[in-house]
Amino acid sequence: MKRCRTAAWVVLAAVLALSLAAGFFPGGNYATQHRELTNAPPSARFPLGTDDLGRDRMVRLLCATRISLLLAAAAALGALLLAAMVGGAAGYLGGWFDRTTVRAIDLMLSLPWLFLLIAARALLPLNAAPETSLLLTYCLLALLGWAAPARVVRAGVRSLRESDFVLQARALGCPEVRVLIRHILPNLRPVLLAQFWTSIPIFILAEANLGFLGLSASEPFPTWGNLLRELQSPLMLRPEAFAPVVAVMLAVLCFKFISPWGGSQV
Amino acid sequence: MVDTLPRKLIRKLAAICATVLVGGLLTAALVRMSPGFDSDERLLDTRLDSDSLAAVRAEHAANSNVLRFYAQRLAGMLHGDLGQSALLQRPIAELIEERLPVTAELMGVGLVGGWALAFALALPAVLCRGRFASRIAGTFSTAMLCFPTAAVAVLIFTWGGPVRIIVALVLFPRLYDYCRNLLEDAYGRPHIVMARAKGLAPARILLRHVLPVTASQFLALAGVSVSMAFGACIPVETLCDLPGIGQLAWKAAIARDLPVLVCLTMMITVLTLLANGASDGATA
Repeated sequence: MKRCRTAAWVVLAAVLALSLAAGFFPGGNYATQHRELTNAPPSARFPLGTDDLGRDRMVRLLCATRISLLLAAAAALGALLLAAMVGGAAGYLGGWFDRTTVRAIDLMLSLPWLFLLIAARALLPLNAAPETSLLLTYCLLALLGWAAPARVVRAGVRSLRESDFVLQARALGCPEVRVLIRHILPNLRPVLLAQFWTSIPIFILAEANLGFLGLSASEPFPTWGNLLRELQSPLMLRPEAFAPVVAVMLAVLCFKFISPWGGSQV
Repeated sequence: MVDTLPRKLIRKLAAICATVLVGGLLTAALVRMSPGFDSDERLLDTRLDSDSLAAVRAEHAANSNVLRFYAQRLAGMLHGDLGQSALLQRPIAELIEERLPVTAELMGVGLVGGWALAFALALPAVLCRGRFASRIAGTFSTAMLCFPTAAVAVLIFTWGGPVRIIVALVLFPRLYDYCRNLLEDAYGRPHIVMARAKGLAPARILLRHVLPVTASQFLALAGVSVSMAFGACIPVETLCDLPGIGQLAWKAAIARDLPVLVCLTMMITVLTLLANGASDGATA
């Protein structure tokens, strides 16, 4: 398992490094259109060929990899911060705040994740500028993805609140804020890290599904979800069109091995 | 005070009702606040006279107060009137009635297939730990887990495969890990190890010893899997053009069809909470 985890780290680092080097490829940037070479097959110049607008598929895939990986991680961080604040406060304060939070978490988790995402994404402008739509998509993932981690954080804080060392710190007259920051938060680090690594593949797959349904970032920004839409056209079902599927699978697989829970929550 | 079963049941139902009502209100409020809610392309139609335009504006004004809109909608629901779809211009109850069998069939096949596949692969994987069967099952499950639902749907649809198995294929890897862990835990218990050592038939061990031990966890997982199955139905129905509730949800979301979205949110919340409540009740 340790060997698999190391291999996953290496592959992920290599993929990220390659995606950061997208600008050095000869096909130009992700929006450059080579109109004389639309739907071109793979060649030395375009390793994955070009799409129906003559854009280099390889460059677009690398840019999409960079965007999807980095923004999924950023969204996971945002969701985790929200979960730590809400779940932490509920677990520590208890009482009516805890009960209300638990009810809110139940409500969030009772709705299917994709239905919630689709409904919420559709409420936001669909014809926004590409940058705005990209940010909206990932902000939404962060805002709606807090419930599951918050439940785990709340349970962690509740068990820590009752632990001997916290009781001792309180008995010694330690202020509540200090107890929370110095004693409870550091002990929550493993839980938070596990939640972070688990959330990233969930967000990657969610964005891919949203992109397929036309609710992710708008063109010409490439994300894995947007690139996967090409598969909807039967004419595009050439081997090179499956490159984004391979990229998504590889990334999710790597995160599954990196995640301390083996990614069973994905 | 001792919590009797009827009291527990009443509290559970009250919690479900409260959650559903708050969920519906939140959806209505979110839709109302979304940009472009007040715009209506019918207002640009030059064929409409002033009375028709006033009627369109009045229709919007009726929906502008979220609380009033929600109260009216709830009162209508209590009388069996779910309202009218703004997008399809048809009664929502009729739309749901028409589309429910498609989704129910898809979910039913998906749930049965997903559970059967997860169980069929988890059992040999636990019984032949570290062997070929276990590796094959683990690899298949991991590969399917990494596939976006929409990609599975499109590929099977494009290649002319049976679209009804898509939900099962999406569901099974999410269930496989839990099934395997639960079975592994059960087969490691001393009395089951003893039963195996004494040479009891594997089927008898499974039915008489393993399943009763794990039943509560499996039931809890069954409740959650209903929600997972519905989530998988949305891209499957949308991309495979199956006229079900998932496709209706997607169309309503794209067109900002407020009445349909509120109704579907409440319906799905009720369905999920009832499924979870039923599994909790069975466990208790």
